[in-house]
Amino acid sequence: MLSKTLRGLLLLPLLALCAGCNMVVLPPAGDVALQQRDLVVISTVLMLLIIVPVMALTGWFAWHFRQSNKDAHYDPDFHHSTSLELVIWSAPLLIIIALGAVTWISTHTLDPYRKLDRLSAAHRVDPSVKPLKVQVVALDWKWLFIYPDYGFATVNELAAPVDVPIDFQITASSVMNAFYVPALAGMIYAMPAMETQLHAVINQPGSYEGFSANYSGAGFSDMHFRFYGKSQAEFEQWVAQVKAGGGSLGREGYLALARPSEREPVRHYAEAAPGLYDAILNLCVEPGKMCMKDMMKIDAKGGLGMAGVYNVGMLTHDRPSRFYGVGPEAQSRSPYVMALCAAEPGPLWSPAASAR
Amino acid sequence: MHSDLIHFIFGRLTLDAIPYHEPILVATFAGVAVGGLAMFVAITYFKLWGYLWRDWFTSVDHKKIGIMYMVLGTVMLLRGFSDAIMMRIQQAIAFNGSAGYLPPEHYDQIFTAHGVIMIFFVAMPMVVGLMNIVMPMQIGARDVAFPFLNNFSFWMTVAGALLVMLSLFIGEFARTGWLAYPPLSGIAYSPDEGVDYYIWALQVAGVGTLLSGVNMVVTIIKMRAPGMTLMKMPIFCWTSLCTNVLIVAAFPVLTAVLVLLSLDRYAGTNFFTNDLGGNAMMYVNLIWIWGHPEVYILILPAFGIFSEVVSTFCGKQLFGYASMVYATVVITILSYLVWLHHFFTMGSGASVNSFFGITTMIISIPTGAKMFNWLFTMYRGRIRFEVPMLWAVGFMFTFVIGGMTGVLLAVPPADFVLHNSLFLIAHFHNVIIGGVLFGLFAGINYWFPKSTGFKLDPFWGKVSFWFWLSGFWVAFTPLYVLGLMGVTRRLNHFDDPSLQIWFQIAAAGAALIFLGIIAFLVQIYVSIRDRNSARLRDTTGDPWNGRTLEWSTSSPPPDYNFAFTPVVHDIDAWDDMKRRGYQRPLDGYKAIHMPKNTGTGVILGALSVGLAFGLIWYMWWLAALSFFLMLATAIGHTFIYKRDFYIPAEDVIETEAKRTALLAGQV
Repeated sequence: MLSKTLRGLLLLPLLALCAGCNMVVLPPAGDVALQQRDLVVISTVLMLLIIVPVMALTGWFAWHFRQSNKDAHYDPDFHHSTSLELVIWSAPLLIIIALGAVTWISTHTLDPYRKLDRLSAAHRVDPSVKPLKVQVVALDWKWLFIYPDYGFATVNELAAPVDVPIDFQITASSVMNAFYVPALAGMIYAMPAMETQLHAVINQPGSYEGFSANYSGAGFSDMHFRFYGKSQAEFEQWVAQVKAGGGSLGREGYLALARPSEREPVRHYAEAAPGLYDAILNLCVEPGKMCMKDMMKIDAKGGLGMAGVYNVGMLTHDRPSRFYGVGPEAQSRSPYVMALCAAEPGPLWSPAASAR
Repeated sequence: MHSDLIHFIFGRLTLDAIPYHEPILVATFAGVAVGGLAMFVAITYFKLWGYLWRDWFTSVDHKKIGIMYMVLGTVMLLRGFSDAIMMRIQQAIAFNGSAGYLPPEHYDQIFTAHGVIMIFFVAMPMVVGLMNIVMPMQIGARDVAFPFLNNFSFWMTVAGALLVMLSLFIGEFARTGWLAYPPLSGIAYSPDEGVDYYIWALQVAGVGTLLSGVNMVVTIIKMRAPGMTLMKMPIFCWTSLCTNVLIVAAFPVLTAVLVLLSLDRYAGTNFFTNDLGGNAMMYVNLIWIWGHPEVYILILPAFGIFSEVVSTFCGKQLFGYASMVYATVVITILSYLVWLHHFFTMGSGASVNSFFGITTMIISIPTGAKMFNWLFTMYRGRIRFEVPMLWAVGFMFTFVIGGMTGVLLAVPPADFVLHNSLFLIAHFHNVIIGGVLFGLFAGINYWFPKSTGFKLDPFWGKVSFWFWLSGFWVAFTPLYVLGLMGVTRRLNHFDDPSLQIWFQIAAAGAALIFLGIIAFLVQIYVSIRDRNSARLRDTTGDPWNGRTLEWSTSSPPPDYNFAFTPVVHDIDAWDDMKRRGYQRPLDGYKAIHMPKNTGTGVILGALSVGLAFGLIWYMWWLAALSFFLMLATAIGHTFIYKRDFYIPAEDVIETEAKRTALLAGQV
């Protein structure tokens, strides 16, 4: 891609400036972040091709054509030159064509929604290896990680085996946040009632910092978590340890956890209620609430007229409100469809209802 | 009953809203109160109220309104910079378990207020102010197309600024970041008055900005001097035209999105809530559909200023005039096609992200062409390094770095690691300070003698320039580094002690900038003190050997700007006139038709503060009363039929005779 010398040359002044400090974006430990770093370097070098001459010319012209320099040629009528103007338009154009091509390709290969096809420059993904699934929920002001394939959950602690693709599904409980582990991969927003995805891999074992990169209110500055890259054996050990620790995270437990709090310690839950992430995403953790996706299914089939309006009215957010006390008024009412569909548990039933 | 009455009168405003328990705010309030009182007493003692009211507040003269805009911008710069330096100190000390001296609820208001004030109440008023002062003179006009509207626009901007200042002492400002993204800015997560202050301050000021945009577009299109075709306009007029077209097209989007947000907050609608089908992503899209053109609204006039300054101080016509015009127009159009680059991390598909990334990069082509145009204007020029030219060269060095980091951020996967980081903060301060602010300082130093009749002191101007330039680099290079270290914005305190040194360097940079601001204030003071010295006094009206029409009239210009409307034959009309041995006509003066002053703008501005204050605090009677009075005033204003008058020919003769004597004394 890019010669090592060039890369070194570019990094040299920065590194000299920052001897001993931890430039986590520049030498990351995950392959995705590494490719993103390369892109930062390539783009910078491409642009320096034009920036450096411009700065040099500015300095030279400013000095040479100063009023006191009697040797400088003064030509007040030099204000147009077709060939020169062609050059000044086409030079940036060429750079941007190159950079545009790089952008198009890299944006597609590094799309966070795209499944990984390489673990590192040398290793392709083995299609037989199952990726690690992690469901991420940004809460006020802590992080909940659910491992659906293992059935446990953690707060403010995330671990993954090295060289195994990780598939993140990300949402939030109340306001916008951004899920960011600089050593692993670029950030992506965590938004309530919506899901974003991130595919990444960690290549070196270690302990890395993760945090919210989008301001989300008073406790935002302490919304950190640790991300551990572990060998397969260590990871299994960690899983066993979490599993052995006991504790379970049910729906009620989640609603309590989701209330605003700051500087939460690391917590482990050996068991997480099945379908919890799905319920959080569809705003139906509270018992008796209809899920957003079920409502959308009804609407997709033509809706229910006025009854549909009533349903939408039920779609209040799972808000362990910061300000209004616990439990929205919706709790006591039953979804309209329950009356329509009688007792037959079908696709229209929300997980919340079926759980009861 | 009693409490009902109090509730009716004061809405949700209670004594608790007065921050008498916050020592920082009490001290600030004491300072403002003592300063304000001193000013009030001084104005009363010197019997200046009548003068201020007649000659300034109610004036419809574009030059005076422009100067008032500049004063407003300077005052608000002090406020916005106080916020900046408080943040820098907080981040420099909040390490190793120390929480710093600003708790989150205070700190979060400060970074919100800093952004809002710097963009809306510093950069915008100053940009609009310079356009007001200069543009009509550059096109050979006697005023703008709608003089009353101009005065009204100014007072609406002042009203918005007042509301932001009020939030310092009555209640709180928003704690949401300067664009107030929902759901955080929704009623569920920000139930107090902060976001309402934000909404109404911007809505009120936005009316002013929008109307001023309409005014300027019409002025440029309809009021150019005979012979000045569009392709013979000074570049500053071109950039003003494009900026105002952007204002007219973009500000209604801001107004609309803020209306939707206020409906969510006041009327219980669900446009941007999490529940009931609302979608916060819509807000983010809409606000940036305004927000990105806004960036160009600020930078284009700065480009115009640099074009005028570079050409004047190089003693050459601008290189590649047509290129420059096309580049400006291309930037204007493209600025609407890039908004999504502010949220690549929201999970749009790769094709959408690449599209917006590439359109963003394309903007750098015309911008690069502009840079080369300035460069080749310097080539074979005879450069006089007066203060405005220093700012221009400082800009050229600084802005290219900001441009480079900007294009870097336009590559979506690179943005994934740098978005919301201090690298991004460094980037946009690099273009806003290095571009807009340097441009404004160049413009202030360049046109000051035109507006006042005396130059700004060059020594203090140079001191200010060097402090600003060095301060900028010392303050923001560390932020670039911190961004590459994965440090993001709006953090209140830090755990990693290795970061502290960088924040301390940045704080030192802010201190240098502080000295730059002090030097600027000293520069103004010294210049006013020495205004009659031969060193600063401008008797010619053309102190820099200028090239455009504003330099053809006296400094300061008479109320009517030009006794005779100039006739234009070429680009750089005044230079062309000088080359052809233009003789100033000495007789044949006629009475000049001019607009009359009016106090309606001041009254409407004051009432809109009342309206907004009532809405913010749920004092519905006050809102209704103010609204009714505004309507009545506006309708009443339409019955004023005597809006114009003639400056008698004798007065014109007298004014011009004085100038003739002055010019004769000069030679």
